[in-house]
Amino acid sequence: MFSQKVAQQSLRRLAVQQPLSMQWSMMRASPAAMALGKTVQSRPVTTSPNNEDPTSLLAKQRLNRPVSPHLAIYKPQIGWIGSSLHRITGVAMSGPLYLWATAYLFSPTLGWHLESASMVAAMGALPVAAKVAIKATLALPFTYHCMNGLRHLTWDLGRGLTNNAIIKSGWTVVGLSVSTALALAFI
Amino acid sequence: MASLRSTSRLFAASRPFFRPATFARSYATVETGAPAEPPAKMKSFKIYRWNPDTPSEKPTMQTYDLDLNKTGPMMLDALIRIKNEQDPTLTFRRSCREGICGSCAMNIDGVNTLACLCRIPTDTKTESRIYPLPHTYVVKDLVPDMTLFYKQYKSIKPYLQRDTPSPDGLENRQSPEERKKLDGLYECILCACCSTSCPSYWWNSEEYLGPAILLQSYRWLADSRDERTAERKAALDNSMSVYRCHTILNCTRTCPKGLNPGLAIAETKKMLAK
Repeated sequence: MFSQKVAQQSLRRLAVQQPLSMQWSMMRASPAAMALGKTVQSRPVTTSPNNEDPTSLLAKQRLNRPVSPHLAIYKPQIGWIGSSLHRITGVAMSGPLYLWATAYLFSPTLGWHLESASMVAAMGALPVAAKVAIKATLALPFTYHCMNGLRHLTWDLGRGLTNNAIIKSGWTVVGLSVSTALALAFI
Repeated sequence: MASLRSTSRLFAASRPFFRPATFARSYATVETGAPAEPPAKMKSFKIYRWNPDTPSEKPTMQTYDLDLNKTGPMMLDALIRIKNEQDPTLTFRRSCREGICGSCAMNIDGVNTLACLCRIPTDTKTESRIYPLPHTYVVKDLVPDMTLFYKQYKSIKPYLQRDTPSPDGLENRQSPEERKKLDGLYECILCACCSTSCPSYWWNSEEYLGPAILLQSYRWLADSRDERTAERKAALDNSMSVYRCHTILNCTRTCPKGLNPGLAIAETKKMLAK
Protein backbone atom coordinates (compact mmCIF):
# COMPACT_ATOMS: atom_id res chain seq x y z
CA MET A 1 0.00 0.00 0.00
CA PHE A 2 2.66 2.44 1.09
CA SER A 3 4.98 1.74 -1.83
CA GLN A 4 2.10 2.17 -4.23
CA LYS A 5 1.33 5.55 -2.75
CA VAL A 6 4.91 6.70 -2.99
CA ALA A 7 5.12 5.69 -6.62
CA GLN A 8 1.91 7.48 -7.36
CA GLN A 9 3.10 10.62 -5.64
CA SER A 10 6.40 10.73 -7.46
CA LEU A 11 4.62 10.23 -10.77
CA ARG A 12 2.33 13.10 -9.91
CA ARG A 13 5.28 15.25 -9.03
CA LEU A 14 6.84 14.53 -12.39
CA ALA A 15 3.63 15.30 -14.19
CA VAL A 16 3.12 18.57 -12.36
CA GLN A 17 6.44 19.98 -13.51
CA GLN A 18 6.05 22.27 -16.47
CA PRO A 19 8.08 21.07 -19.47
CA LEU A 20 10.30 24.13 -19.38
CA SER A 21 11.09 24.07 -15.70
CA MET A 22 11.52 20.29 -15.89
CA GLN A 23 14.25 20.77 -18.43
CA TRP A 24 15.81 23.39 -16.20
CA SER A 25 15.84 21.31 -13.06
CA MET A 26 17.06 18.22 -14.91
CA MET A 27 20.31 19.98 -15.55
CA ARG A 28 21.05 19.85 -11.87
CA ALA A 29 19.09 16.95 -10.43
CA SER A 30 18.37 13.45 -11.61
CA PRO A 31 14.76 12.51 -12.40
CA ALA A 32 14.90 10.10 -9.48
CA ALA A 33 15.79 12.86 -7.05
CA MET A 34 13.06 14.96 -8.50
CA ALA A 35 10.54 12.14 -8.23
CA LEU A 36 11.37 11.74 -4.58
CA GLY A 37 10.80 15.43 -4.04
CA LYS A 38 14.44 16.03 -3.18
CA THR A 39 14.72 19.07 -5.41
CA VAL A 40 13.39 22.50 -4.87
CA GLN A 41 11.32 23.65 -7.78
CA SER A 42 13.23 26.30 -9.66
CA ARG A 43 11.80 28.80 -12.06
CA PRO A 44 13.77 30.10 -14.98
CA VAL A 45 12.04 33.48 -14.77
CA THR A 46 13.62 35.87 -12.31
CA THR A 47 12.00 38.95 -10.87
CA SER A 48 13.98 42.14 -10.94
CA PRO A 49 13.59 44.91 -8.40
CA ASN A 50 11.38 47.67 -9.72
CA ASN A 51 13.32 50.87 -9.23
CA GLU A 52 10.86 53.03 -11.12
CA ASP A 53 9.23 55.92 -9.33
CA PRO A 54 5.85 54.52 -8.15
CA THR A 55 3.96 57.73 -8.88
CA SER A 56 5.20 57.90 -12.45
CA LEU A 57 4.34 54.23 -12.83
CA LEU A 58 0.85 54.95 -11.56
CA ALA A 59 0.49 57.85 -13.96
CA LYS A 60 1.57 55.61 -16.83
CA GLN A 61 -0.94 52.92 -15.85
CA ARG A 62 -3.70 55.48 -15.59
CA LEU A 63 -3.21 56.52 -19.18
CA ASN A 64 -4.48 53.11 -20.23
CA ARG A 65 -7.12 52.57 -17.58
CA PRO A 66 -10.69 53.72 -18.09
CA VAL A 67 -12.50 55.63 -15.35
CA SER A 68 -15.45 53.63 -14.12
CA PRO A 69 -18.91 55.16 -14.72
CA HIS A 70 -20.20 57.38 -11.92
CA LEU A 71 -22.93 60.02 -12.14
CA ALA A 72 -24.85 58.23 -14.88
CA ILE A 73 -25.07 54.90 -13.06
CA TYR A 74 -25.49 55.98 -9.43
CA LYS A 75 -28.99 55.36 -8.13
CA PRO A 76 -31.02 58.59 -7.90
CA GLN A 77 -31.51 59.24 -4.19
CA ILE A 78 -33.01 62.22 -2.40
CA GLY A 79 -29.66 62.95 -0.73
CA TRP A 80 -27.44 63.68 -3.69
CA ILE A 81 -30.18 64.77 -6.09
CA GLY A 82 -31.34 67.28 -3.47
CA SER A 83 -27.79 68.43 -2.94
CA SER A 84 -27.21 68.98 -6.66
CA LEU A 85 -30.51 70.90 -6.83
CA HIS A 86 -29.25 73.08 -3.97
CA ARG A 87 -26.17 73.91 -6.02
CA ILE A 88 -28.13 74.42 -9.24
CA THR A 89 -30.74 76.69 -7.62
CA GLY A 90 -27.96 78.70 -6.00
CA VAL A 91 -26.26 79.27 -9.33
CA ALA A 92 -29.57 79.89 -11.07
CA MET A 93 -30.40 82.65 -8.60
CA SER A 94 -27.05 84.33 -8.14
CA GLY A 95 -26.18 84.36 -11.89
CA PRO A 96 -29.27 86.31 -12.97
CA LEU A 97 -28.94 88.52 -9.89
CA TYR A 98 -25.45 89.62 -10.93
CA LEU A 99 -26.59 90.05 -14.55
CA TRP A 100 -29.57 92.09 -13.44
CA ALA A 101 -27.55 94.23 -11.07
CA THR A 102 -24.91 95.08 -13.72
CA ALA A 103 -27.61 95.77 -16.30
CA TYR A 104 -29.37 98.03 -13.76
CA LEU A 105 -26.07 99.83 -13.11
CA PHE A 106 -25.51 100.57 -16.79
CA SER A 107 -29.16 101.08 -17.76
CA PRO A 108 -29.04 104.94 -17.62
CA THR A 109 -26.08 105.09 -20.04
CA LEU A 110 -27.59 102.42 -22.30
CA GLY A 111 -31.04 103.98 -22.16
CA TRP A 112 -32.76 100.82 -20.82
CA HIS A 113 -35.77 101.18 -18.57
CA LEU A 114 -35.15 98.73 -15.72
CA GLU A 115 -36.48 100.88 -12.87
CA SER A 116 -39.21 99.46 -10.63
CA ALA A 117 -42.05 101.52 -12.08
CA SER A 118 -41.53 100.29 -15.64
CA MET A 119 -41.02 96.69 -14.44
CA VAL A 120 -44.30 96.82 -12.51
CA ALA A 121 -46.05 98.19 -15.57
CA ALA A 122 -44.55 95.46 -17.78
CA MET A 123 -45.57 92.73 -15.32
CA GLY A 124 -49.08 94.16 -15.00
CA ALA A 125 -49.59 94.04 -18.75
CA LEU A 126 -48.99 90.26 -18.85
CA PRO A 127 -51.84 87.69 -18.77
CA VAL A 128 -52.47 85.95 -15.42
CA ALA A 129 -51.02 82.60 -16.49
CA ALA A 130 -47.74 84.22 -17.51
CA LYS A 131 -47.61 86.13 -14.23
CA VAL A 132 -48.06 82.95 -12.20
CA ALA A 133 -45.53 81.04 -14.32
CA ILE A 134 -42.86 83.74 -14.01
CA LYS A 135 -43.41 84.14 -10.28
CA ALA A 136 -43.33 80.36 -9.73
CA THR A 137 -40.06 79.90 -11.66
CA LEU A 138 -38.48 82.68 -9.60
CA ALA A 139 -39.97 81.54 -6.29
CA LEU A 140 -39.19 77.82 -6.44
CA PRO A 141 -35.37 78.12 -6.55
CA PHE A 142 -35.58 80.68 -3.76
CA THR A 143 -37.78 78.65 -1.41
CA TYR A 144 -35.91 75.42 -2.09
CA HIS A 145 -32.48 76.96 -1.58
CA CYS A 146 -33.62 78.72 1.61
CA MET A 147 -35.13 75.67 3.25
CA ASN A 148 -32.38 73.33 2.18
CA GLY A 149 -29.97 75.91 3.56
CA LEU A 150 -31.63 75.54 6.95
CA ARG A 151 -31.19 71.78 6.62
CA HIS A 152 -27.51 72.29 5.96
CA LEU A 153 -27.19 74.56 9.00
CA THR A 154 -28.67 71.86 11.26
CA TRP A 155 -26.22 69.35 9.81
CA ASP A 156 -23.36 71.72 10.54
CA LEU A 157 -24.43 71.55 14.18
CA GLY A 158 -24.01 67.79 13.93
CA ARG A 159 -27.73 67.10 14.16
CA GLY A 160 -30.14 65.18 11.95
CA LEU A 161 -27.33 63.12 10.48
CA THR A 162 -28.96 59.72 10.51
CA ASN A 163 -30.12 57.98 7.34
CA ASN A 164 -33.74 58.24 8.41
CA ALA A 165 -33.53 61.93 9.28
CA ILE A 166 -31.68 62.75 6.05
CA ILE A 167 -34.33 61.12 3.86
CA LYS A 168 -37.23 62.58 5.83
CA SER A 169 -35.86 66.12 5.96
CA GLY A 170 -35.03 65.92 2.25
CA TRP A 171 -38.59 65.14 1.22
CA THR A 172 -39.96 67.63 3.75
CA VAL A 173 -37.89 70.38 2.13
CA VAL A 174 -39.13 69.36 -1.33
CA GLY A 175 -42.76 69.38 -0.19
CA LEU A 176 -42.54 72.66 1.73
CA SER A 177 -40.60 74.51 -0.94
CA VAL A 178 -42.98 73.51 -3.74
CA SER A 179 -46.05 74.45 -1.71
CA THR A 180 -44.63 77.80 -0.55
CA ALA A 181 -43.44 78.58 -4.09
CA LEU A 182 -46.97 77.95 -5.39
CA ALA A 183 -48.42 80.09 -2.61
CA LEU A 184 -46.00 82.90 -3.50
CA ALA A 185 -46.85 82.54 -7.19
CA PHE A 186 -50.56 83.01 -6.56
CA ILE A 187 -50.19 86.08 -4.31
CA MET B 1 -4.53 5.25 6.96
CA ALA B 2 -5.46 4.43 3.42
CA SER B 3 -4.52 0.81 3.97
CA LEU B 4 -6.84 0.56 6.96
CA ARG B 5 -9.76 1.61 4.86
CA SER B 6 -8.96 -0.87 2.11
CA THR B 7 -11.38 -3.66 1.31
CA SER B 8 -8.95 -6.48 1.96
CA ARG B 9 -10.48 -9.89 2.68
CA LEU B 10 -8.71 -10.10 6.02
CA PHE B 11 -10.39 -7.00 7.41
CA ALA B 12 -13.73 -7.82 5.90
CA ALA B 13 -13.68 -11.19 7.56
CA SER B 14 -12.75 -9.85 10.96
CA ARG B 15 -15.22 -7.00 10.94
CA PRO B 16 -18.01 -8.78 12.92
CA PHE B 17 -15.55 -9.12 15.82
CA PHE B 18 -15.31 -5.36 16.18
CA ARG B 19 -18.76 -4.39 15.08
CA PRO B 20 -21.60 -6.79 15.88
CA ALA B 21 -24.20 -7.20 13.18
CA THR B 22 -26.88 -5.60 15.33
CA PHE B 23 -25.04 -2.27 15.16
CA ALA B 24 -24.59 -2.45 11.42
CA ARG B 25 -25.59 0.80 9.84
CA SER B 26 -28.44 0.69 7.44
CA TYR B 27 -27.65 2.31 4.16
CA ALA B 28 -29.55 5.23 2.69
CA THR B 29 -32.07 4.08 0.17
CA VAL B 30 -31.83 5.28 -3.38
CA GLU B 31 -34.96 7.15 -4.29
CA THR B 32 -36.65 6.07 -7.43
CA GLY B 33 -37.47 8.88 -9.81
CA ALA B 34 -35.86 12.30 -9.47
CA PRO B 35 -37.78 14.78 -7.29
CA ALA B 36 -39.67 17.38 -9.27
CA GLU B 37 -37.38 20.37 -9.76
CA PRO B 38 -38.93 23.76 -9.03
CA PRO B 39 -39.26 25.96 -12.10
CA ALA B 40 -36.04 27.82 -12.93
CA LYS B 41 -35.84 31.39 -11.65
CA MET B 42 -33.61 32.92 -14.27
CA LYS B 43 -32.18 36.31 -13.52
CA SER B 44 -29.93 38.43 -15.70
CA PHE B 45 -26.79 40.05 -14.38
CA LYS B 46 -25.24 42.80 -16.45
CA ILE B 47 -21.61 43.15 -15.52
CA TYR B 48 -19.05 45.78 -16.48
CA ARG B 49 -16.18 44.29 -18.44
CA TRP B 50 -12.87 45.80 -19.45
CA ASN B 51 -9.72 43.92 -20.29
CA PRO B 52 -6.32 45.57 -19.82
CA ASP B 53 -4.85 43.28 -22.48
CA THR B 54 -6.91 45.09 -25.08
CA PRO B 55 -6.87 48.63 -23.67
CA SER B 56 -8.13 50.27 -26.85
CA GLU B 57 -11.42 48.40 -26.61
CA LYS B 58 -14.08 50.29 -24.74
CA PRO B 59 -15.61 48.84 -21.56
CA THR B 60 -18.74 46.82 -22.24
CA MET B 61 -21.64 45.38 -20.28
CA GLN B 62 -21.86 41.61 -20.49
CA THR B 63 -25.03 39.75 -19.57
CA TYR B 64 -25.04 36.48 -17.66
CA ASP B 65 -28.11 34.46 -16.75
CA LEU B 66 -28.32 32.41 -13.58
CA ASP B 67 -30.99 30.20 -12.05
CA LEU B 68 -31.55 31.71 -8.62
CA ASN B 69 -32.70 28.33 -7.26
CA LYS B 70 -29.18 27.03 -7.75
CA THR B 71 -27.39 30.16 -6.59
CA GLY B 72 -26.61 31.33 -3.07
CA PRO B 73 -28.52 34.30 -1.71
CA MET B 74 -25.83 36.96 -2.07
CA MET B 75 -24.46 38.85 -5.04
CA LEU B 76 -21.03 37.42 -4.34
CA ASP B 77 -22.46 33.91 -4.70
CA ALA B 78 -23.79 34.88 -8.11
CA LEU B 79 -20.43 36.36 -9.17
CA ILE B 80 -18.50 33.32 -7.99
CA ARG B 81 -20.93 31.03 -9.76
CA ILE B 82 -20.59 32.98 -13.00
CA LYS B 83 -16.82 32.80 -12.70
CA ASN B 84 -16.84 29.08 -11.93
CA GLU B 85 -19.41 27.93 -14.42
CA GLN B 86 -19.79 30.46 -17.19
CA ASP B 87 -16.84 32.77 -17.63
CA PRO B 88 -13.54 32.26 -15.81
CA THR B 89 -12.22 35.54 -17.23
CA LEU B 90 -14.62 37.58 -15.06
CA THR B 91 -12.40 39.36 -12.55
CA PHE B 92 -13.30 40.70 -9.13
CA ARG B 93 -11.80 40.91 -5.66
CA ARG B 94 -13.24 38.86 -2.84
CA SER B 95 -11.96 37.22 0.29
CA CYS B 96 -13.90 36.79 3.50
CA ARG B 97 -17.47 36.53 2.13
CA GLU B 98 -18.81 37.95 5.42
CA GLY B 99 -18.33 41.69 5.17
CA ILE B 100 -15.18 42.09 7.19
CA CYS B 101 -12.44 42.37 4.57
CA GLY B 102 -14.01 44.93 2.26
CA SER B 103 -12.55 43.38 -0.87
CA CYS B 104 -15.77 42.89 -2.81
CA ALA B 105 -16.87 46.54 -2.72
CA MET B 106 -18.61 47.40 -5.97
CA ASN B 107 -21.56 49.29 -7.38
CA ILE B 108 -24.58 46.99 -7.42
CA ASP B 109 -27.84 48.27 -8.88
CA GLY B 110 -26.59 51.82 -8.59
CA VAL B 111 -25.48 51.71 -4.96
CA ASN B 112 -22.02 51.03 -3.61
CA THR B 113 -21.98 48.04 -1.32
CA LEU B 114 -20.18 44.83 -0.51
CA ALA B 115 -21.23 42.03 -2.84
CA CYS B 116 -21.09 39.57 0.05
CA LEU B 117 -23.57 41.59 2.13
CA CYS B 118 -25.92 42.40 -0.74
CA ARG B 119 -28.83 40.07 -1.33
CA ILE B 120 -29.75 39.27 -4.91
CA PRO B 121 -33.10 40.96 -5.55
CA THR B 122 -35.55 38.10 -6.05
CA ASP B 123 -37.42 40.02 -8.73
CA THR B 124 -36.37 38.09 -11.84
CA LYS B 125 -37.97 40.51 -14.30
CA THR B 126 -35.44 43.25 -13.71
CA GLU B 127 -31.78 42.68 -14.38
CA SER B 128 -29.07 43.50 -11.86
CA ARG B 129 -26.31 45.80 -13.00
CA ILE B 130 -22.86 45.51 -11.47
CA TYR B 131 -20.16 48.13 -11.95
CA PRO B 132 -16.82 48.70 -10.29
CA LEU B 133 -16.69 51.43 -7.61
CA PRO B 134 -17.67 54.69 -9.36
CA HIS B 135 -15.09 57.10 -10.73
CA THR B 136 -12.09 54.89 -10.07
CA TYR B 137 -9.42 53.78 -12.47
CA VAL B 138 -10.30 50.26 -13.54
CA VAL B 139 -7.56 47.64 -13.35
CA LYS B 140 -9.75 44.94 -14.84
CA ASP B 141 -13.51 44.29 -14.89
CA LEU B 142 -14.70 44.97 -11.33
CA VAL B 143 -11.26 45.63 -9.85
CA PRO B 144 -10.56 49.30 -9.13
CA ASP B 145 -7.15 50.85 -8.54
CA MET B 146 -7.01 51.71 -4.83
CA THR B 147 -3.48 53.12 -4.76
CA LEU B 148 -4.55 56.71 -4.15
CA PHE B 149 -7.06 55.67 -1.49
CA TYR B 150 -4.39 53.84 0.51
CA LYS B 151 -1.93 56.70 0.06
CA GLN B 152 -4.49 59.08 1.47
CA TYR B 153 -5.07 56.73 4.40
CA LYS B 154 -1.34 56.72 5.07
CA SER B 155 -1.27 60.51 4.94
CA ILE B 156 -3.49 60.89 8.03
CA LYS B 157 -1.06 58.85 10.16
CA PRO B 158 -3.57 56.23 11.26
CA TYR B 159 -1.83 55.17 14.43
CA LEU B 160 -1.58 56.25 18.05
CA GLN B 161 0.84 59.14 18.50
CA ARG B 162 2.01 59.84 22.03
CA ASP B 163 4.94 61.74 23.47
CA THR B 164 4.49 60.82 27.12
CA PRO B 165 4.77 57.25 28.33
CA SER B 166 1.74 55.76 30.03
CA PRO B 167 1.59 56.34 33.82
CA ASP B 168 2.00 52.68 34.75
CA GLY B 169 4.32 51.88 31.88
CA LEU B 170 1.99 49.14 30.73
CA GLU B 171 -1.08 50.43 28.99
CA ASN B 172 -2.53 53.68 27.75
CA ARG B 173 -5.78 53.58 29.66
CA GLN B 174 -9.06 55.33 28.92
CA SER B 175 -12.41 55.46 30.64
CA PRO B 176 -15.43 53.55 29.32
CA GLU B 177 -16.92 56.92 28.25
CA GLU B 178 -13.82 57.80 26.28
CA ARG B 179 -13.79 54.37 24.70
CA LYS B 180 -17.43 54.76 23.75
CA LYS B 181 -16.52 57.69 21.50
CA LEU B 182 -14.68 55.26 19.23
CA ASP B 183 -17.75 53.11 18.64
CA GLY B 184 -18.99 53.54 15.11
CA LEU B 185 -15.51 54.64 14.04
CA TYR B 186 -13.21 51.70 14.67
CA GLU B 187 -15.51 49.30 12.79
CA CYS B 188 -14.62 50.87 9.43
CA ILE B 189 -13.04 48.28 7.14
CA LEU B 190 -11.84 50.75 4.49
CA CYS B 191 -13.82 49.20 1.66
CA ALA B 192 -14.04 52.63 -0.02
CA CYS B 193 -17.77 52.32 -0.70
CA CYS B 194 -18.44 55.72 0.89
CA SER B 195 -15.52 57.57 -0.68
CA THR B 196 -16.40 56.40 -4.17
CA SER B 197 -20.07 57.27 -3.66
CA CYS B 198 -19.18 60.89 -2.90
CA PRO B 199 -19.54 63.30 -5.86
CA SER B 200 -17.07 65.66 -4.20
CA TYR B 201 -14.55 62.84 -4.09
CA TRP B 202 -15.27 62.02 -7.75
CA TRP B 203 -14.30 65.52 -8.85
CA ASN B 204 -11.50 66.17 -6.33
CA SER B 205 -10.06 62.80 -5.38
CA GLU B 206 -6.49 64.04 -5.72
CA GLU B 207 -6.84 66.53 -2.88
CA TYR B 208 -10.04 65.87 -0.96
CA LEU B 209 -9.53 63.02 1.49
CA GLY B 210 -13.02 61.56 1.11
CA PRO B 211 -15.41 60.21 3.76
CA ALA B 212 -13.63 56.94 4.57
CA ILE B 213 -10.31 58.59 5.29
CA LEU B 214 -11.99 61.44 7.18
CA LEU B 215 -13.86 58.95 9.36
CA GLN B 216 -10.54 57.26 10.10
CA SER B 217 -8.96 60.64 10.75
CA TYR B 218 -11.75 61.48 13.20
CA ARG B 219 -11.22 58.12 14.88
CA TRP B 220 -7.78 59.41 15.93
CA LEU B 221 -9.00 62.93 16.70
CA ALA B 222 -11.62 61.45 19.03
CA ASP B 223 -9.21 59.07 20.74
CA SER B 224 -8.43 60.29 24.26
CA ARG B 225 -5.04 58.53 24.21
CA ASP B 226 -3.71 60.35 21.15
CA GLU B 227 -1.61 63.41 21.98
CA ARG B 228 -1.15 64.93 18.54
CA THR B 229 -4.68 66.27 18.14
CA ALA B 230 -3.47 69.79 17.40
CA GLU B 231 -1.09 68.54 14.74
CA ARG B 232 -3.79 66.39 13.18
CA LYS B 233 -6.19 69.32 13.13
CA ALA B 234 -3.60 71.59 11.53
CA ALA B 235 -3.07 69.06 8.76
CA LEU B 236 -6.78 69.13 7.95
CA ASP B 237 -7.24 72.88 8.21
CA ASN B 238 -7.20 73.83 4.53
CA SER B 239 -9.76 74.27 1.80
CA MET B 240 -9.37 70.80 0.29
CA SER B 241 -8.81 68.09 2.91
CA VAL B 242 -12.11 68.37 4.77
CA TYR B 243 -13.98 71.34 3.39
CA ARG B 244 -14.64 69.76 -0.02
CA CYS B 245 -17.31 67.91 1.91
CA HIS B 246 -20.60 69.57 0.95
CA THR B 247 -22.75 67.33 3.16
CA ILE B 248 -24.18 65.40 0.23
CA LEU B 249 -24.26 62.42 2.63
CA ASN B 250 -24.08 59.66 0.03
CA CYS B 251 -21.44 58.22 2.36
CA THR B 252 -23.81 57.66 5.28
CA ARG B 253 -26.49 56.34 2.93
CA THR B 254 -24.25 53.76 1.30
CA CYS B 255 -22.00 52.45 4.11
CA PRO B 256 -22.42 48.64 4.07
CA LYS B 257 -21.33 48.50 7.72
CA GLY B 258 -23.98 50.99 8.83
CA LEU B 259 -21.43 53.57 9.99
CA ASN B 260 -21.85 57.32 9.68
CA PRO B 261 -18.94 59.05 7.91
CA GLY B 262 -21.13 62.13 7.42
CA LEU B 263 -21.46 62.57 11.17
CA ALA B 264 -17.72 62.01 11.69
CA ILE B 265 -16.96 64.75 9.16
CA ALA B 266 -19.48 67.09 10.80
CA GLU B 267 -17.78 66.48 14.16
CA THR B 268 -14.38 67.10 12.56
CA LYS B 269 -15.62 70.40 11.15
CA LYS B 270 -16.91 71.35 14.62
CA MET B 271 -13.53 70.49 16.15
CA LEU B 272 -11.75 72.61 13.54
CA ALA B 273 -14.09 75.55 14.13
CA LYS B 274 -13.33 75.63 17.86
